[in-house]
Amino acid sequence: MITRFLGDTALLTGRTLRHVTRSLDTVMTVTVTPIALMLMFVYVFGGAIRTGSDHYVDYLLPGILLITVGMGISYTSFRLFADLKSGIFERFQSMPIARSSVLWAHVLTSVVSNLISLALVVLVALLMGFRSGAGPAAWLAVTGILVVFTLALTWLAVIAGLTAKTPDGAGAFSYPIIFLPFVSSAFVPTGTMPGPVRAFAENQPVTSIVDTIRDLFAQQPVHTGIWTALAWCLGILVVAYVLAMATYRRKIA
Amino acid sequence: MTARAIHVQGLEKSYDDLRVLRGVDFGVAPGSVFALLGSNGAGKTTVVRILSTLLKADAGTATVEGFDVATQPADVRESISLTGQFAAVDEILTGRENLVLVARLRRVKSPGRVTDELLARFQLTEAGERRVSTYSGGMRRRLDIAMSLIGDPPVIFLDEPTTGLDPQARLEVWKSVKALAGQGTTVLLTTQYLDEAEHLADRIAILHEGRIIADGTLDELKRLLPPAEVEYVEKQPSLEDVFLAIIGAGADDQATARPPGEQR
Repeated sequence: MITRFLGDTALLTGRTLRHVTRSLDTVMTVTVTPIALMLMFVYVFGGAIRTGSDHYVDYLLPGILLITVGMGISYTSFRLFADLKSGIFERFQSMPIARSSVLWAHVLTSVVSNLISLALVVLVALLMGFRSGAGPAAWLAVTGILVVFTLALTWLAVIAGLTAKTPDGAGAFSYPIIFLPFVSSAFVPTGTMPGPVRAFAENQPVTSIVDTIRDLFAQQPVHTGIWTALAWCLGILVVAYVLAMATYRRKIA
Repeated sequence: MTARAIHVQGLEKSYDDLRVLRGVDFGVAPGSVFALLGSNGAGKTTVVRILSTLLKADAGTATVEGFDVATQPADVRESISLTGQFAAVDEILTGRENLVLVARLRRVKSPGRVTDELLARFQLTEAGERRVSTYSGGMRRRLDIAMSLIGDPPVIFLDEPTTGLDPQARLEVWKSVKALAGQGTTVLLTTQYLDEAEHLADRIAILHEGRIIADGTLDELKRLLPPAEVEYVEKQPSLEDVFLAIIGAGADDQATARPPGEQR
């Protein structure tokens, strides 16, 4: 049973990955907004922002990476929605395969395509002067946090994809997620924000994740921040997974 | 009583307070073509979705090849193929990749050979390397049906296989269904077209407002009406006859396989 599940998931992931590689314009669409934001904040607003670090791009990149994932997962839910609409989802569900492999294929594809987008954004940041002395362990930790973050948001995207009525609806859930970094330490330090805004900014998930990635890049000790960040990611992941599976079971009855 | 490939008894299904199926009974003999005839909203698709384990019935039983759809869904899925109302093909993959994917998922021994055979049989060999998004409606439907044949499932469900197709493509689908019946596959077909049921089915059941109101062979159904009176009428060609005659359908399969505008 488990080999069947792994085999079917591999086959179906191969299929959805082709959807990504054959429409590279979607990878471009995903990265264009984060890159534009990065250009604008570094070259337009950045000069007026006091962050305490010499290079604003070093300060900014972690938040931009989270926005990239926020953009990317809207395609995850769109691809799932398209499968449901076209009837191919039902075809797979009526075949003698491990049924949940259809969902897992979308989830794995989401992780892979987001990692591609993230690599692209990091590349642009490097061209813009982003530098980090972080060693392999720190890079691995950053990648790990981003993968868990992507997985958490991907399961949210699965819920959206399964319940959406229109293709626009399937992608719309990601707007608040893209907006969240603006009210966090991603663009500016939270110190200058008025009381209630600051309280929100300092206690929402993005700030802890952004601060942790920033510390890892800057080779600073990450303290307990990394546990807060991981707790947020894993918490969202578990809740979203449970809700997504419940939605899925209701869907296929 | 002979064993039945499909047996449905007292099937009920409601969506909220809308009673879609109100006790549906019918049986399908192995190797026959059975048409479920009904207008839109009669509940045809609901029956097919229950039989293909995509939906649970509220009451009643249904078996496919002796397996209960509610308690042995995995065995049912081994025995069936579903061709849904809309061609369920992957637009971004090529025709060949679609077939290979399904062959691998069904653990067919040599996916490549099976794919080649099906492409040839459904006149898609040339189009096989092209993405499905470039296919015409008829070609998609043919690919869709070809995908359902992989693994030789003993029972095939065709849910409104010709809805939305042009007359030529419709004839192509009819030919495929007849070929299926010829090789001993049990076919359950839903349709809203009377002539389609008449043309293809060994047995026809009329589903109306959630119940089977008539069930029999075409001759048996005809006997339900008063005997025909003989009238002499001049046979005028229908517009469909004219259309098909002018474009030369049926005479040349290649013409139907490649509608104009697709040569690039």
